[in-house]
Amino acid sequence: MTKDECKKVVLDIIADIAPDEDLTNVKSDVRLRDQLQLDSMDFLDIVMELRKRHSIEVPEADYIQLASLDSCAEYLTPKFNALSAKS
Amino acid sequence: MNSRSHYDVAIIGAGMSGLAAGIRLAHFGKKVCIFERHNTVGGLNSFYSIGGRKFDVGLHAMTNFVQPGVKGTPLTKLLRQLRISREEFALCEQKQTRIAFGPHGETSLRFTNDFAVLEGEVAEKFPAQIDGFRRLTSAVRAYDDVSLDAQPVSARTLVRQYITDPLLEHMLFCPVMYYGSSSEHDMEFGQFVIMFKALFLEGFARPFDGVRVILRVLLEKYRAAGGERRMKCGVKHIVARDGRAASLLLDNGDEITADHVISSIGAPETARLVQSGHRLQPAPAPGRLSFVETITILDRQPADLGWGSDTIVFFNDSAKFDYACPEAQVDPRSGVICIPNNFDYGPDQQLAEGIFRCTCLANFERWAHLPEETYRADKLRWYAALQKSAQRFLPKLAAPDLLTRATVSTDMFTPRTITKFTGHLGGAIYGAAEKNRQGRTDLANLYLCGTDQGFLGIVGAMLSGISMANYHILAKA
Repeated sequence: MTKDECKKVVLDIIADIAPDEDLTNVKSDVRLRDQLQLDSMDFLDIVMELRKRHSIEVPEADYIQLASLDSCAEYLTPKFNALSAKS
Repeated sequence: MNSRSHYDVAIIGAGMSGLAAGIRLAHFGKKVCIFERHNTVGGLNSFYSIGGRKFDVGLHAMTNFVQPGVKGTPLTKLLRQLRISREEFALCEQKQTRIAFGPHGETSLRFTNDFAVLEGEVAEKFPAQIDGFRRLTSAVRAYDDVSLDAQPVSARTLVRQYITDPLLEHMLFCPVMYYGSSSEHDMEFGQFVIMFKALFLEGFARPFDGVRVILRVLLEKYRAAGGERRMKCGVKHIVARDGRAASLLLDNGDEITADHVISSIGAPETARLVQSGHRLQPAPAPGRLSFVETITILDRQPADLGWGSDTIVFFNDSAKFDYACPEAQVDPRSGVICIPNNFDYGPDQQLAEGIFRCTCLANFERWAHLPEETYRADKLRWYAALQKSAQRFLPKLAAPDLLTRATVSTDMFTPRTITKFTGHLGGAIYGAAEKNRQGRTDLANLYLCGTDQGFLGIVGAMLSGISMANYHILAKA
């Protein structure tokens, strides 16, 4: 998986949990919280949808890695690739 | 024990909070079952049929209405968390609500889903208070009402720092208390904030078909997520062992186990179910606030009686509002009128029949133990008294007997009805006075959600189920 594909995965999840948000101009390097109305309940949902859909585990200590799309991609892409290497 | 009777989570009660918790848990792959003693879902917000007519109970209006695009409010959070789109609820807004005080409602404040209307009314009728009212509003907006560990403060004391005219104070407390206070006379400021936002800063709406629509959506989501439910199958006992809810004994004699148990039936009601060898902490006393409600079905639209403007009227026939369990069976001095026809359903639809509902405070003890014949006679007597009391606050009818002539059917519930169908002790609609924000109990894997956890209204009830499922189960997985 590329980092761009990983960003797409995260954006797809956000689109489902916050369908009232406009995601067309989300900037990769800006904190999601600063450009979208996402609260802690929504971030919990991003984590849980990652587990449900992709079997990716994000421990609580790492939630901070999900701050922006760029940091999501940095943190999650290796996890996705490790997972596909295993299967 | 076979695997069929073990669940990740068992939920007691299929009201709004239990269903919402169930949806969250099932959506994230938990094996969940909701156990409900009654044959319908909804708990305190449900519906029933008599003579082919469907009657809503509980819900006058869904509070917390905000326009599409307004984010970060309870309604938006709820819709996101349960993956419900606004279109599924198809909410129709109220026309207007009045708070009417005095023997014939001489002082009144109107409000709508546009907060500027209430602000303008306060400025016009209480010019000396408007600055204080604006500062109160700012304080309410700034308050963190969803904190799970806020310290309790008296709302009356705090509000008096901003509002110095007792009449205005009572007028503001009247709707706020009627729509959610589980404590008499005063309430905790956090609860006041929740209700002030829900009623005044946000607003009222309902689906055309009432509470059924909301319940249908919840049930569909729950079913689609793979949740199970067992109706007419209540939980008789929670068997406690080693500080945990070890198993649940059901009404039908079955015994099931679950890793976690969420109870939506109330704190004292839950404590009563627990069977254990060791002594548990005392549960809070059941709430003292109960209600009677009359429902009158009319052969014409209320507008044809001249009652077409008000969706809801909160009334009180003097300057001082007493929110307390009455000495008598009912306190007809104050109450809430709801005319469900007066939501804005658009130009092309209206409810088929006129509906006129009136709710007043009532004393559970004075209804609970009456012999059947006396109970029926008292209901009839109070039905008439409530109609008479409420009419003082509505536009005068063209003829005194017009309401009687327009009536095609009536029904009435009492505190006894509430306990019979919902199991809530003392007919307490808003639960125990003391709330348990964290939802913890003496048993490590037993949590509370719903009215005794302390988020109010039906949106609050659903958010309570969501929060407790998130906090105790999903966030810890």
